[in-house]
Amino acid sequence: MIEVRNLVKRFGGFTAVDGCSLTVETGSLTGLIGPNGAGKTTLFNTIAGTYRPDGGQVLLDGADVGGMPPHVLFRRGLVRTFQIPHEFSRMTVTENLCVPVPGQSGENLFAAWFGWGRIAREEAAIRKRALEVLEFLNLSHVADHQAGRLSGGQKKLVEIGRAIMSGAKTILLDEPAAGVNRALLGTLTEDIRRLHRQGYTFLLIEHDMDMIAALCDPIYVMAEGKVLAQGTMAEIRADARVREAYLGHGMSADGATGGAARAGRA
Amino acid sequence: MSAEAVGLTLYFVQIATLGAIYAVIALGLNVNWGFSGLMNAGIAGFVAIGAYTSAILTAPNGAGQLGAFGWPLWAAWLAAMGAAGVLALVMGTITVNLRSDYLAIATLGIAEILRLIVRNEDWLTGGPLGVTPLARPFESYGNPWAPVLFLLLLLAIVAVVYWLAERAIRSPWGRVQRALRENEAAAAAMGKDVRNFRLQSFVLGATFMGLGGAMLAHFSKYMSPDVVDPLTTTFLVWVMLIAGGSGNNRGAIIGAFLIWGIWAATDFLTAYLPSDVATRAAYLRLFLIGLALQIILIRRPEGLIGERPPRPADGR
Repeated sequence: MIEVRNLVKRFGGFTAVDGCSLTVETGSLTGLIGPNGAGKTTLFNTIAGTYRPDGGQVLLDGADVGGMPPHVLFRRGLVRTFQIPHEFSRMTVTENLCVPVPGQSGENLFAAWFGWGRIAREEAAIRKRALEVLEFLNLSHVADHQAGRLSGGQKKLVEIGRAIMSGAKTILLDEPAAGVNRALLGTLTEDIRRLHRQGYTFLLIEHDMDMIAALCDPIYVMAEGKVLAQGTMAEIRADARVREAYLGHGMSADGATGGAARAGRA
Repeated sequence: MSAEAVGLTLYFVQIATLGAIYAVIALGLNVNWGFSGLMNAGIAGFVAIGAYTSAILTAPNGAGQLGAFGWPLWAAWLAAMGAAGVLALVMGTITVNLRSDYLAIATLGIAEILRLIVRNEDWLTGGPLGVTPLARPFESYGNPWAPVLFLLLLLAIVAVVYWLAERAIRSPWGRVQRALRENEAAAAAMGKDVRNFRLQSFVLGATFMGLGGAMLAHFSKYMSPDVVDPLTTTFLVWVMLIAGGSGNNRGAIIGAFLIWGIWAATDFLTAYLPSDVATRAAYLRLFLIGLALQIILIRRPEGLIGERPPRPADGR
């Protein structure tokens, strides 16, 4: 469970996140939406450890993890994906999935030199698991391709594959639908749903309202650095403040918003 | 064998010996740049510290420098690796978080500082006169066996360093290094302590460079600041790695022998030119090496043999 309490993040004189509070319950698929410039990505990056908070707390299963770097949060079971795919491009897809596996003894240089037998055994198990995850994501046919040569959507799937391989149970998804073609979007949505059923907890930032509507409950709406509203998709849609926040930026708050917002950012 | 044949053989043995020394240094750069994307432009500094460490530890107290420790060669060479590693650890702690081009400037600057220190601190390094004489192993065997045995020793060392580098890149350790070379933010998000891993790579590469420096000192049989000229150490090693194939250990070795061979051959040829042309030819040679580098970077950026995904550890 992630609890964000009165989180503040400033850049110089600009307060991007201004006293934000939200809760991602264990086992939930929580959505975070809001017009451009609402502070979603800043909030997300602060939770993920990329930024240090200037005030407030981030609690992960009750412990304050605010300001901890990403690799420490990873060890505590929190992993993220990136809006712009951050694949390891000159490595194969399988290698991409092998990197995040925690506790690899071969990451110690001396073990790499003098404990090859043990590493080989570990590697066999890791690769087997990676191939299973690729099978799950329908990526088996590109297992040996360089990750940099995949389509945008496939790269997003690789990111999700790495998150699965990490063993973390809480996954932060930063706009998984961005840059993914319609055909693959359905697969991606279904993959997230299946993982959620397997017990993963998700926090999802997304502009694609179809995906948010299909997956998320509850949904938080951010505007101007604060949480404006929360609830189910139906409740959010009925909320006059949400409409105003979006309309203030020249958009409607119905299902078409996703497309409009995406076009607006392109 | 006729005297001429012996002379020619010894000439090629000498070229191969320097090729082997460069191979070790280029493998060090491959660890830094090829594996981890660390732009180390201070190779000369690490080579120098390795060379001087071994020189000072083994030399008799002659030229007024610190000396007469009388260490055996193998211990001095290990100490040379250690000294280069410690220098890299200190430097890296300060600079390794810098992005690639900034790291290049920082390492270049520190290497220059080191060069000024060895040139001026006479009590330690003998200043411009250097540390001399240095022992070369197998000297007592005479020609042509002494240089041949020395070459074989160095080739054996190249093989060991190659093995260490190859195991490193094929292991999960190497996979992390390549991952953080490709995308640092993602490597951090995948639980890797980027700073720590970069530092390890920086130190390992520097250790190889220090060993190369120690080999160079005992090949030259004296150690002076000119032996570690930034041109023939830093710059030429970069050309070797890029030509051979950055990220590929075999490429680093092939590049070292090949570029050194070309460098030495052009030296050989200019000796036949009239003296006034020959002095200018030295600069032309530099220009040609620079030109070759540009052509490789534009036409074949992956080098002769580029990076390939390492064979998996479980698929021996």
